[in-house]
Amino acid sequence: MNKPNTVIVTLAVFAAVTAAFWLLLVAPALTGNKINMPIGVTPQSVTHYELHMTILWICVVIGTLVFTVMFTSIVLHRKSRGHKPANFSHSTKAEIAWTIIPVIILIGMAIPATTALVKMEDASGSDMTIKITGFQWKWKYEYLDDDISFISSLSADSNAARQLNSGINPEDVNHYLLDVDKPLVLPVGKKVKFLITADDVLHAWWVPDFGWKRDAIPGFINEAWTLIQKPGTYRGQCAELCGKDHGFMPIVVVALPETEYQDWVTEQHQGKLIDSELAGQEWDLDGLLTKGEEVYSSQCATCHQLDGSGLAPAFPALAGSSVTTGPLGETISLVINGVEGTAMQAWGNLLTPVDIAAVLTYIRNSFGNETGDIVQPETVANMTGEGS
Amino acid sequence: MSSIASTTTDLHQEAHQEDHGDHKPKGFMNRWLFTTNHKDIGTLYLVFSLLMFLIGGTMALVIRAELFVPGLQLVEPEFFNQMTTMHALIMVFGAVMPAWVGFANWMIPLMIGAPDMALPRMNNWSFWILPFAFAMLLSTLFMDSGGPAAGWTMYPPLSLQTGDSFAFVVFSIHMMGISSIMGSINIIATIMNMRAPGMTLLRMPLFVWTWLITAFLLIAVMPVLAGAVTMLLTDHFFGTSFFNAAGGGDPVMFQHIFWFFGHPEVYILVLPAFGVVSEILPTFSRKPLFGYAAMVYATASIAFLSFIVWAHHMFTVGMPLEGELFFMYATMLIAVPTGVKVFNWVSTMWKGSMTFETPMLFAIGFVVLFTIGGLSGLMLAIAAADFQYHDSYFVVAHFHYVLVPGSVFALMAGTYYWLPKWTGRMYSEKWGKLHFWLSAIFVNVLFFPQHYLGLAGMPRRIPDYSPQFTDFNMLSSIGGFAFGATQIIFIGVIIHCVWVSKQKAKARVWEGALGLEWTVPSPAPYHTFEIPPDIDESMVVHADEISH
Repeated sequence: MNKPNTVIVTLAVFAAVTAAFWLLLVAPALTGNKINMPIGVTPQSVTHYELHMTILWICVVIGTLVFTVMFTSIVLHRKSRGHKPANFSHSTKAEIAWTIIPVIILIGMAIPATTALVKMEDASGSDMTIKITGFQWKWKYEYLDDDISFISSLSADSNAARQLNSGINPEDVNHYLLDVDKPLVLPVGKKVKFLITADDVLHAWWVPDFGWKRDAIPGFINEAWTLIQKPGTYRGQCAELCGKDHGFMPIVVVALPETEYQDWVTEQHQGKLIDSELAGQEWDLDGLLTKGEEVYSSQCATCHQLDGSGLAPAFPALAGSSVTTGPLGETISLVINGVEGTAMQAWGNLLTPVDIAAVLTYIRNSFGNETGDIVQPETVANMTGEGS
Repeated sequence: MSSIASTTTDLHQEAHQEDHGDHKPKGFMNRWLFTTNHKDIGTLYLVFSLLMFLIGGTMALVIRAELFVPGLQLVEPEFFNQMTTMHALIMVFGAVMPAWVGFANWMIPLMIGAPDMALPRMNNWSFWILPFAFAMLLSTLFMDSGGPAAGWTMYPPLSLQTGDSFAFVVFSIHMMGISSIMGSINIIATIMNMRAPGMTLLRMPLFVWTWLITAFLLIAVMPVLAGAVTMLLTDHFFGTSFFNAAGGGDPVMFQHIFWFFGHPEVYILVLPAFGVVSEILPTFSRKPLFGYAAMVYATASIAFLSFIVWAHHMFTVGMPLEGELFFMYATMLIAVPTGVKVFNWVSTMWKGSMTFETPMLFAIGFVVLFTIGGLSGLMLAIAAADFQYHDSYFVVAHFHYVLVPGSVFALMAGTYYWLPKWTGRMYSEKWGKLHFWLSAIFVNVLFFPQHYLGLAGMPRRIPDYSPQFTDFNMLSSIGGFAFGATQIIFIGVIIHCVWVSKQKAKARVWEGALGLEWTVPSPAPYHTFEIPPDIDESMVVHADEISH
């Protein structure tokens, strides 16, 4: 057999390994699918993208060299070619070299990695603060400087489509699983500080376009920040397993230019006035039932089901249950304070008195429960301490 | 060293008066249930782990089937979460770990010239605990409150929302831990006390070395896991507040404790793989292992580093900057000894005289694909970028690369390598090679696209996803089903080899194989090395002068 030329074989193998990396790392993008980390719209996301690409290319170069040597050997040094084995078994110089050189490469990687981390962790000098609280399975946003707060949960059409065998094609749903009823609205060009926590179990708040995620931990407050540089709508998801609907608590952030953002704030304040007016009113049964059904299907039906049948064993039925048909005071207190160690939230922190009153009225007069009870927002407000 | 070794030998000789090299106990129960023979126990471990591999694999297929297209078609999210949790627990504790203990039982005495394990009765017990542990764990799927669904990491407070079945999960983990600790004590006692005269520590095959280090890791960290799950148990059922912030506890503390176990655990799964590959590459390269001593030191360094890098699993929990920097630097350092291993493997192959039988193919597949998993691990170590990677499918791709074409490929390589020694017959090389090529192709179709999904923003542990992720999920699922189906070939090859194959195996099955296990006949007689072998230079696997 002809003795193959080592140089030619090495070059051919190098070309093949390079082609394989190209096929894995570049070609799939040609299908039109996203295959890489987004560059994003914040200083952090850009830094993290650049860092990611730097490290990736260093890894690709190392991989290419190692695989080239290895496959060159596989081509040349095979018994079927009549190659006789050499007998060398160690080289202290080689061991030292391939210990020292990687250390130098690692130091080279550590420098930009350290800078990026220090920059990301510096939340000082912020213009405004948002408190984010994770609940099973929704987010609560509180604008600490503007006295605005609301809950954000999966949009109704996504929620309908995501039920087992719903018959609805997810492709037909607008931003399936990445859409919410009420997005977080933020101004562009302001440094926003986030205080992130959770009420029940761990969650993690992640919008890839912002360049980071942060765990939301009950009893702890984590700090993070962002500075959005481009108006737009940015979508993300909870990133820490938080129970059955972990996949169904998206995050949507709408970034508005400063003036539009101020308009939005004003609108929220007006809405709040209307809310408190409504809370002071005496409501009739029909009004409460209509409102209650709306609240029930968006907040309660995930666990207790639309028909109140529950999901045994974790989520009790409300139809004919001793709680929903027993003493009214206990039902109100259970809904306001929740049940510790379960997914039943302390709804007093989450919903307005009107919503809670409506939903209480609804569950005590639906699914065959016929108590005839009417719960007024004022009663709820008094119990949550929001009343005058 | 020699006192216990010679006592054991004496006992054996007493029991067997004459040379009953192949004398086996009569009756099924005596042979398998009451066995104290390292080879039988090794076989039990291997068969058990293969069964668990199939059960855990079936669960993975449920996951991949649900993720084939967006929308929920097959299972409720809660059951999906039970599948991801159980899949991991079964694969880690039921498939990969017992499989390595099975290899240790079969091969360590044969490799160091010992007649059996040091503590044969404990050996029996450490195996027979396992079927009960896993029967109990699996039974939770049929309980009212369902199986565990909070992930194999069992993070509280979510894991505390599990119903009463949680107690069974905790107890089964305790049993697995007891089994592992007993197995490890046995392995350490055997290696320390029962080496044949002349088998000095630095003459031991690398598989023995990696297992010795693995056994120390196991003894160090399994009690930590046991402590963590016991605290979960008392938090759940007895009103303590170790991890409940409302009661003065700390949910993040669980993560620190868990990963203090969990990071060494991943090396427990992969160090024996390094060992097996370090046996196979020299054999089929017909050339001694390059840098034997460096390989031993690299393994020890990796083991040491594995104790001080745990918090890289939790960069996003909100550690102080200084903590994040420390864990980032320490984690990056692991690349150094791991690199040393890869470079030594490549140097072992360099200028060898290679042939490519199935064990060699799997070993080469291991080196290539484990390197890819190692490089994505280096990327994950970069803390700032990890704020994007963390808990995304990029992580899923990474750890499956180091575990499936990593640990599992090495298990397959080892199985093909020693199967003729175990059974006395040759397996079908044609089908073995087909098994390798299909596995190698489909494992990449299965896991490579998951890198893209994670980078593009798909979180892990979700039962349903946005339609933008459809193409690569579909591809990954196709790869998953094809990879699963390919394993039927593996089972077929094993069954054929054990019961059908007519081709007898020689004592030295492979032309380039060195080491004591190849000096005994194939199949290895029921009792071997009842009289310690005289070890001369030619029987030693490794010829690195540093070791002499």
